[in-house]
Amino acid sequence: MDAFLHQVLAGLATGGIYASLALALVMIYQATHLVNFAQGEMAMFSTYIAWSLINAGMPYWPAFLLTVAISFLLGVIIERVVIRPVENAPVLGVVTVFIALLVILNSVTGWIYTYTIKSFPSPFPKEMALGRFMSPHELGAIGVTLLVLAALYAFFRFTPLGLAMRAAAQNPVSSRLVGIRVGWMLALGWGLAAAVGAVAGMMVAPIVYLDPNMMGGILLYAFAAALVGGIDSPMGAVIGGFVVGVLENVLGAFVIGNELKLSVALVLIIGVLLVKPSGFFGKVHVSRV
Amino acid sequence: MILEARNLHAGYGQTRVLHGMDFAIEKGSITALLGANGAGKTTTLRSLCAMVRTQGEISFDGRRIEGMATEDIVRLGVAHVPDGRGTFLNLTTEENLRLGAYSRRDRRAVEPDLERVFGYFPRLRERRTQQAGTLSGGEQQMLAVSRALMLAPKLMLLDEPSFGLAPLLVRELFSILRDIREREGVSMMLVEQNAAMALDLADHAYLIETGRIVLSGTADALKKNDSVRKAYLGY
Amino acid sequence: MSKRNLLVLAAVLVIACALPFLVSNYRTFQLTLVLVYAIALLGLNILTGYSGQISLGHGAFYALGAYVTAILMDKAGVPYWATVPAAGVVCFVAGFLFGLPALRLEGLYLALATFALGVAMPQLLKYHHLEKWTGGVQGIVIPKPDAPFGIPLNSDRWLYFFTLAVALLMFALAWNLLRGRVGRALVAIRDQHIAAEAMGVNGALYKSAAFGVSAMYTGVAGALGAIAVQFVAPDSFNIFLSITLLVGIVVGGLASISGALYGALFIQFVPNIADEISKAAPWAIFGVFMIGFVYLMPTGVAGAVRLLSRRRRSQ
Repeated sequence: MDAFLHQVLAGLATGGIYASLALALVMIYQATHLVNFAQGEMAMFSTYIAWSLINAGMPYWPAFLLTVAISFLLGVIIERVVIRPVENAPVLGVVTVFIALLVILNSVTGWIYTYTIKSFPSPFPKEMALGRFMSPHELGAIGVTLLVLAALYAFFRFTPLGLAMRAAAQNPVSSRLVGIRVGWMLALGWGLAAAVGAVAGMMVAPIVYLDPNMMGGILLYAFAAALVGGIDSPMGAVIGGFVVGVLENVLGAFVIGNELKLSVALVLIIGVLLVKPSGFFGKVHVSRV
Repeated sequence: MILEARNLHAGYGQTRVLHGMDFAIEKGSITALLGANGAGKTTTLRSLCAMVRTQGEISFDGRRIEGMATEDIVRLGVAHVPDGRGTFLNLTTEENLRLGAYSRRDRRAVEPDLERVFGYFPRLRERRTQQAGTLSGGEQQMLAVSRALMLAPKLMLLDEPSFGLAPLLVRELFSILRDIREREGVSMMLVEQNAAMALDLADHAYLIETGRIVLSGTADALKKNDSVRKAYLGY
Repeated sequence: MSKRNLLVLAAVLVIACALPFLVSNYRTFQLTLVLVYAIALLGLNILTGYSGQISLGHGAFYALGAYVTAILMDKAGVPYWATVPAAGVVCFVAGFLFGLPALRLEGLYLALATFALGVAMPQLLKYHHLEKWTGGVQGIVIPKPDAPFGIPLNSDRWLYFFTLAVALLMFALAWNLLRGRVGRALVAIRDQHIAAEAMGVNGALYKSAAFGVSAMYTGVAGALGAIAVQFVAPDSFNIFLSITLLVGIVVGGLASISGALYGALFIQFVPNIADEISKAAPWAIFGVFMIGFVYLMPTGVAGAVRLLSRRRRSQ
C-alpha cells in the first residue's frame, strides 16, 4: 500500500509537469489549431538558459524569473519570425517547420552545451520532513505547477488582455472588428506557452537531469495528456496531465515495468485519437462538407 | 462627410464584386444601402473595414484608410456589425460587451457606457453572465449592436440587422437605432434587404445592382421612385 | 515515357553502373546508402505526397525491416537476399494494420500519432522480454555478404549492384502504380476525398493500402540498409531517423519519384559535410534547410527542376 501511495504521489509530481507542458500545447492549439512539436525543445532550451545563469552565480529564484521572462520573449519572437509566414500553409509545411524548430533547438543546445549530462539544482530544501511519501522537490514541483496554473487562469479569466487573447483564439474575424490585434495576441500566446514550458523544464530537470534529449519522452506524455483532456480544453489538459502522470507511474511500477513506459504514452495517444478524439473535456468538432 | 468612397473596387480572389463605386455618408445621418441578393451590399461594408481586398480611395473622418488593417480602422471609430452577428459564442454576454470596449483609451467611460447599453437593451442585462451562444437570435442581434456601441464609434456599419428577427423585434431595434443616432450622434450605414423598413429609418439611400450604384438620393425620394417601388417595395 | 525522359533515365543508369568502379569502396558504400534512402523516401512519398497522409514515424518501419533481416539472418540462417522480400511482406502487413485505425486521423493528428510511434520505437526494441531475438541494447551484427557464383566483384560493389537492382525494381513498381488508376485514385482521395468516395473510390481501402505499400518500401529499405551497414541496434532507429526521412521528402520534393533520389543524395551527403563544422551541426543545418525549403521551395528540388525544364521548353 505504501509503495502504491508513493507511486501515486510521485505520479502527481511528474503529472504536474506534464500538465504544464500540455497546457502550453493547448494554448497554442486553441489559438492556431496547430500542434507545437517543438514545445519540449523550447522548454529544454529555457532550462539550459537557467543553468547558465545559475552557473554564473545568480541565485536560484532570480535566475528562475529571468529565465521565464527570456523564454516569454523567445516565444514571441519565434511566433513572429518563424511561424507567422507559414501559419496558413498546407499541413505538411507547417509540421515540417515545427519539426525543424525542434531539431534546431536540440542541436544548437548540444553544440553550445555538449551532450554531457548536467545536474540541475532544486530550490526546495532537502531536509523538509515529509517522510517516505514524497521528496521535497516533488511536493515543491506540484506547488509551483499549481501556482503557475492558477496565475494563468486568473490572467485569462479576469484581465482585459486575457479576454482579448481568448477572443482572438476563438474568433479572429470578430476580434479584429473590436480592434484586437490578432497577430500580436498569437505572439503573446506563444510567449506565455514558452514561459509555462520553461517552468516545466526547470521543475523536471532536477529529477531527470539536464541533457538536450531530456524532453523527448516528456513531450510525448504531454501530448497524451493534452489529447486525453481534449486538445482545445485548458482544464482538460491540466487534469489529463495529472492522470497521465499517475498512470505512467502506477503502470510502470506494477504492470508493465519501467522499460515500456513510453509505450504507455503511445498507446494512450493512439487510443484516445481513435476512441474519443475530442478528449474528455474538449468540444466535438463537426466539419462542414 | 464622415465617410467617402471614390472609385471603389473590391473582390474575392479572382472575382471582382464591386466595380468603381462612389458614395458618401453624411455626419450624423443614417444611410441605407439597398439591393438584391448578391448585389454587393455586404461586400461594400466589408471593404470599408478592409475585410476584403480593395482598390480605390476610402476616407474616414478626413483620413485615407484604404490599405489599413481592419483592427486599425476599427480603432479609428468604425464599428461593424457583421452579417451573422459575429458573436463570441463561448464567452458571456458581458465579456462580449467588454470586448467591444477593448480598444478604447477612455477606460473610465466604459462602465457608464455599459449601463447605457443595458438601458437600450434591458434583456441583455438579464443575460449578462449567460454564455452568448445560448442567447436567442434576436438577443444576439441586440448583443451585436451593443458591442458595436461599446466601441463609442463615430460610424456604425450594420449588415442586415433585421435578418431572422420577428417584425416586432425589428421595429424595436430600428427605433433604438434612431434613438442612438439622436442621442449619441453616431452616423450609420445600413445594409438591408427589407427595403421598406430601411427607407423608413434612413435619411439617405443608395441602390446597388451587380456591384454598381444605380440610384442615390434621400430616402423619401427613393421611396417614391417607381422602379424602387416595384422591385423592392412591392407595390 | 517521353523520348527525352528515356534518354535521361538511360544516362543516369549508365552513370550509376559505372560509379562503383570509379570511386573508393567507402564511397561505394555511401552510394549504396543513397539507394537505400531513395527507396525509403519513395515509400514515404507514396504516403505523404500522393496519399496526403503525414507520417513522422516511418523510421519505425525502417527499423522493422532492418530487424526482420537481422533476426532472420542471425537466428534462422536465412540468406540475405531472401530476407529482403520477407521484410517487405512483414512491413506491408504492419503498415496496413497501422493504417486501418490511422484512417480516422487527419493531418495533424496522424502526425502526432506517428510521432509517438517514432519516439517510442527504440524503447520497444530494447524491451527485455524480446531480447532473445532483438539482442537488446547491443543489437545484432550481420555478416557481410560476398558476391555469388564467384562474380569478380568485391563485397562493397556487389552490395551496391544488388541494392541498385532492388531499387530499380521498386522504382519501376512505383512508377507503374502511380501513373495508373491507383495513383489517380490516391490523388483524388488526397485532394477531394468526399468527391472521390462519391465516384466510387473506396477511400478506406486505398488509404490503408497506401500505408501498407509505403511501409513495405521503407521496410525493404531498412532491410537493405541493415545488410549494408552490417549492424542493427535500437538507438539507431530513434525519432531522428523519422525526421531524416521527412527532411528527405521536403528537400527532394513531394509526389515525385525523382524527388526520392534528390532527397536521398541530400540526406546522405550533407551531414558528412556538416560534420566537419561540428558534431551537432548537421541537425542545425537540416533544420535551416527544412525551413528554407518550406518557405522558398515548397515543391522541393524535383519541383524546381520540373519548373525549370518547363520554362526552358516554352522558350
